[in-house]
Amino acid sequence: MASYAEPGLAEPDVEAPVRAFAIATVFWGIAGFLAGVVIAAQLAFPLLNLDLEWTTFGRLRPLHTSAVIFAFGGNALIGTSLYIVQRTCRARLFGGEEMGWFLFWGYQFFIVTAAVGYLFGVTQGKEYAEPEWYVDLWLTLVWVAYLVAFAGTILKRREPHIYVANWFLLAFIITVAMLHIVNNLALPVGDGIGKSYGLASGVQDAMIQWWYGHNAVGFFLTAGFLGMMYYFIPKQAGRPVYSYRLSIVHFWSLIFLYIWAGPHHLHYTALPDWAQTLGMVFSIMLWMPSWGGMINGLMTLSGAWDKLRTDPGLRFSVTAVGFYAMATFEGPVMSIRAVNSLSHYTDWTIGHVHSGALGWNGFIIFGALYWLIPVLWKKRLYSERLVAWHFWVATLGIVLYITAMWVSGIMQGLMWRAYDEHGFLQYAFVETVAAMHPYYVIRMLGGLLYLSGALIMAWNIYRTVTAAEEEAPAALPAALPMAAE
Amino acid sequence: MDIQRLHEILSTIWVVWFVLLFGGILAWVLRPGSRETARQHASIPLRDSQP
Repeated sequence: MASYAEPGLAEPDVEAPVRAFAIATVFWGIAGFLAGVVIAAQLAFPLLNLDLEWTTFGRLRPLHTSAVIFAFGGNALIGTSLYIVQRTCRARLFGGEEMGWFLFWGYQFFIVTAAVGYLFGVTQGKEYAEPEWYVDLWLTLVWVAYLVAFAGTILKRREPHIYVANWFLLAFIITVAMLHIVNNLALPVGDGIGKSYGLASGVQDAMIQWWYGHNAVGFFLTAGFLGMMYYFIPKQAGRPVYSYRLSIVHFWSLIFLYIWAGPHHLHYTALPDWAQTLGMVFSIMLWMPSWGGMINGLMTLSGAWDKLRTDPGLRFSVTAVGFYAMATFEGPVMSIRAVNSLSHYTDWTIGHVHSGALGWNGFIIFGALYWLIPVLWKKRLYSERLVAWHFWVATLGIVLYITAMWVSGIMQGLMWRAYDEHGFLQYAFVETVAAMHPYYVIRMLGGLLYLSGALIMAWNIYRTVTAAEEEAPAALPAALPMAAE
Repeated sequence: MDIQRLHEILSTIWVVWFVLLFGGILAWVLRPGSRETARQHASIPLRDSQP
C-alpha cells in the first residue's frame, strides 16, 4: 500500500488507527448526542431522571459534555490530526503503527474511566474538567505521547514547510496539555481514589478554572478544528486556501488573544474588575481572527461554489464555517459586561455554546468524515442522498435548538431582573422555570433531529465500509484538477 | 528594587514585547515578495498523490 508517487522513498502512512479513530468518532458522537437528548428531555420532564442517583441531571450532564467534546470531538481531532500531519509532512507517523494504537486505546480508556466516574458520582466538580486525579494522570500520559507522535512526525518531515493546519494542531496539543495539567493540580485524600482537593482555592481557583475552560473552547474546539478546516476544505474544494498569508495572521492573532479571554466567565464576581475588563477586551478583539479565519475558509470556495450543489460533504464544511462566524460573533457580544448581566446563567449561554458545538464542531467533523472515510477505506461513499438528508435534518435541528434557547434565555434573564412598582421582584424563580417549558420541549426536538441525522450518517458509513471490495477502483477520484477555472 | 516594582516593570515590558513581536510577525508575513512563497505553501495539501 504505497502512499506516495515517488517509489522507494516512501513508507506507507499509519492508517489503521486513523480508521479506528473515525469509527470511534461516529460511535461517541451518537452516545453523546443521545445523552444530550436525554438530559434535554429531563429538563422538560423532570420525572425522566427516574429518581435514581445515577441518572440524575447532575451526573448525566458531564457525561453529555465530555462525550461530545472529548470523546466525539477528541477522537475526531486526534484521528484527523494524525492523518493530516502524515500527509502534509510526507512522513510516516513518529512511533509508527504501535504509537497510533496506543493513542487510540489509551484515549478510549480515558473516556470510559471518566464516564464511569461521573455515573458513580466521582467528580472534581470543575466544569469540563470533571474527571478525578487518577483519570487526569492517565490522560496526561496519553497526551504527552500524542505530542511526541505529532511533533516527532513534524521533525522528520520531507516537506520543508510546515503546513498551517499543523500549526493550529500543534498549538492545540501544547495548550491543552498546559491547561489540563495546571487546572488539575490536586491532592488526593481519603481511603478511596475518588476524592481530591485542588491546589488553588477561592477566586484564584475560579480564575484558573475559567482560564482552563475558555481555552478548552479556544484551543480544543477552535484551534484544533481550524486545523481540520485548513486541510479538509481545500481538499474537498480541490483548491488551495484563499490566502495563505491571512492564515498565518489568523494563527498568530488567535494565539496571542485567546489565552486572555477566560475572565469573561466571571463577570460580576469576586474577580477584580481589571481582570474582568481584560477578559472582555480580549474577547472583543477575538472578532478579528475569527472573522479573518471565516473569510479565509469561505473564500477558498471562490470559483468552486458550484461544488456545494454536488458535494453534500462540502456543504457540511462550509455551513460549519458559517456557524463558526455566527458563534464567534455572538461570543464577544456576550462577553461585554452589560450584555453578560442579562445573558449570564441563562439558557442564552447554552444556545450560544450549541451553535458553536453543533454547527461548527459537529458539521466540520461530519464534512471531514464524509471526505475521509471513502479515502481511508478506498471505497465509494454508499449514498450521497443520505448525506443530503443528514445535512438538512441536522441543520433543522440546530435551528430549532438555538432559536428556542435564544427566546428562552433572554426571557429568563428579563424575568429574573423584572421588578414591580413596589420594588419587589416580579417573578418567583419557579415561574421562570414554568415559562421555559415549551422552549425546553422545542430544544429536545431539535436535539432529536440532530441525533437522527447522526444515525443516518452511521448507517451510511456502515454501508460504505462493509461494502464489497469490487467497488474499490471507483473509489479514488481522478487526480485533482488544480485551479482549472 | 523590591519584587512589586520589578513586577510592574516586567508587566509593562511584556506588553511592549508582545506588540513588537506581533508587529514583527505581521511585517514578516506580509513583506513584499512573500506572495509567491505563500502560494506554494498553500498548495501543500493538494500536491499529494492520494486524493
